Amino acid sequence: MFEILEKRYLAEGICLMRIHAPRIAKSALPGQFVIVRSDEYGERVPLTISDYDAEAGSVTIVTQTIGVSTRKICALEAGQCFADFAGPLGHPSEFVHEPLDELRKKHFLFVAGGVGTAPVYPQVKWLHAHGVKADVVIGAKTRSMLIYTDAMRAVADTLYIATDDGSEGFHGMVTGLIQELIEKEGRKYDVCVAIGPMVMMKFVARTTAAYPLKTIVSLNALMVDGTGMCGACRVTVGGKTRFTCVDGPEFDAHEVDFDEAMRRQGMYRTQEQRAAAIAAERAEGHVCRIGLDK
Amino acid sequence: MANKIPRVPVREQDPKVRATNFEEVCYGYNQEEAMLEASRCLHCKNPRCVAACPVNIRIPDFIHEVGRGDFRKAAEIIGEDSSLPSICGRVCPQESQCEGSCVLGIKGEPVAIGKIERFVGDWKLQNGGTAPAVAPRNGHKVAVIGSGPSGLACASDLAKMGYEVKIFEALHKVGGVLVYGIPEFRLPKERIVAREIEQVKALGVEIETDVIVGRTVTIDDLMDKEGYDAVFIGSGAGLPRFMGIPGENLNGVVSANEFLTRANLMHAYDAQYDTPIYVGRKVVVVGGGNVAMDAVRTAKRLGAEAVIVYRRSEKELPARVEEVHHAKQEGIEFRMLTNPAEILGDEKGWVRGLRCVEMELGEPDESGRRSPVEKPGSDFEIPCDVVVMALGTSPNPLLAATTAGLETNRRGCVIADGNGATSRRGVFAGGDAVTGAATVILAMGAGRKAARAIDEYVKSK
Repeated sequence: MFEILEKRYLAEGICLMRIHAPRIAKSALPGQFVIVRSDEYGERVPLTISDYDAEAGSVTIVTQTIGVSTRKICALEAGQCFADFAGPLGHPSEFVHEPLDELRKKHFLFVAGGVGTAPVYPQVKWLHAHGVKADVVIGAKTRSMLIYTDAMRAVADTLYIATDDGSEGFHGMVTGLIQELIEKEGRKYDVCVAIGPMVMMKFVARTTAAYPLKTIVSLNALMVDGTGMCGACRVTVGGKTRFTCVDGPEFDAHEVDFDEAMRRQGMYRTQEQRAAAIAAERAEGHVCRIGLDK
Repeated sequence: MANKIPRVPVREQDPKVRATNFEEVCYGYNQEEAMLEASRCLHCKNPRCVAACPVNIRIPDFIHEVGRGDFRKAAEIIGEDSSLPSICGRVCPQESQCEGSCVLGIKGEPVAIGKIERFVGDWKLQNGGTAPAVAPRNGHKVAVIGSGPSGLACASDLAKMGYEVKIFEALHKVGGVLVYGIPEFRLPKERIVAREIEQVKALGVEIETDVIVGRTVTIDDLMDKEGYDAVFIGSGAGLPRFMGIPGENLNGVVSANEFLTRANLMHAYDAQYDTPIYVGRKVVVVGGGNVAMDAVRTAKRLGAEAVIVYRRSEKELPARVEEVHHAKQEGIEFRMLTNPAEILGDEKGWVRGLRCVEMELGEPDESGRRSPVEKPGSDFEIPCDVVVMALGTSPNPLLAATTAGLETNRRGCVIADGNGATSRRGVFAGGDAVTGAATVILAMGAGRKAARAIDEYVKSK
């Protein structure tokens, strides 16, 4: 069974869990994800792997409560088990297959937004362990929502922070900070990797396209099985339809049709909102009538 | 004299009622009906039905026992060749297999072999039959990839021969297409599939879910590190095809695999479960196979107006005759000789309709099928808010991509000889992974053949 070995909150509504999953821990690489199901009635939810330890047989995931399913996941406590925990899925990040002497000539820039900071960590950690330079930008709405700053500082060459309200680091969006690093500070990068909300990745792609700086994004499309059998996660990349779960999740940011991807992410929004409303009412002991009149 | 009895009709749920629920459509025979229908069998000396069954069940022999009322013995006879009679009796296309070859079918109606098999299978699930003989453990381990029909059949046979067998399944539930593809109203999941799988487990077969071979472990790991003497690939053909027409990524366009997985595997139609499904008011399903019928009938049950669009004529529909008949009774609209050209969207990127062209059948091609040709200028629109693509599937490339020396053809199917041996020593394959999408029983037949070949291979090693 997939026991939760450790659970702690990194910020309000952002929960870290270390899960006993020895097979996955042994084969996981940076960039890959898992599909989890909290219980028998649960959805299959894709979550990017935030860390893995082959010796301890554990895999770390970080979840932000945004709907019914993520709330259920975060309600599980240490000692309890996930009904299902499958992976590692998707392709590992491209760099794990590159020759190290080539890779060591490159300077990476990682741009992490919100809960997307967690999956950036194993990538930077891997590069650091292999002697590759990587700077990291972490963006959050406000200081209290920043996560992984200490862990990231330990593996990044330089860590930059941006908050929308200026409560820590650069005052503004990550895109503004990227412009400042490249234009004002004259920093040179060979590859940018951006992980975060779709809208952030879209604007990072737009920003780096101007230089031009090769940019990779990890897409968080809707998924069901995560193994390539349904196409729920399809995206248009370079004019071609690709399945995020098997062809990705990482793609060339300058080829991704972000507007389509964002529109597709909202396909079940009505149902999700209805489910959230019903769950909230149930929690308060009301009998919900939303949807019953349909 | 037995000839004079007409084929015993089977009781079914009223079409108007069943179009609103997910309960099984066909009730099947009771004891009296099964025995009466069994009495119609002529017990041919050279039974053509047996040769036409992909796993060669001794049909006249088990039917003879049903006729005598010895259902336990009938179940034993089927059990020698098939571990899943309740499933196959329900989903096999009998009209092109056993029943299609029945002598009685030449002048009248063939014996209802499928319905009698189903009765025997269900009787065994209810009353518990004699467990098949299992040989003592021979000390050899075989890994089976995929818990669909081919994997289950291969694993059952190997376990009976004394092998230690473990099935690795990528999804959280066991059964492959039996649980995610074929709907509850055709094949009940808990009452039939789960219980029939329990019988496979009772043979000593172990099953580990949530293992994606190629990612979680590789075939090389299984053979080199985990000590498996041989591997059987029964990973099926689960990769959906799309048409490549404009508008296919609009919100509201889904593959039949996604639509059916949400409904069947994730129970999206049941409010207790968290997975959503989007149905809209009018659903168009593109395709004419069993998957298309399953999808369109599911859409109807979820309250939508449901239409089948197929580019050939009704005669060419590849779906089972019984399912087409059921779909029509339930009020599904059939638009034959119609091919989608474009999916139309509204300003927010949601489906609002399907632009189609009318087709006519041209001359037969080398395969003997008359290929449809577009009628110029015949464009018209079908307003709808969901389009389900049921155009067929191909094997998932993951296994071949992660297994050195495993050859595939240009359609992505694993290349295997008649016994399932692949280009890689010790690795066997069968079912849809080799043939592309076919039937449950053909997959089972391939699994059984591979089990015999694996036995020979391991013994000669």
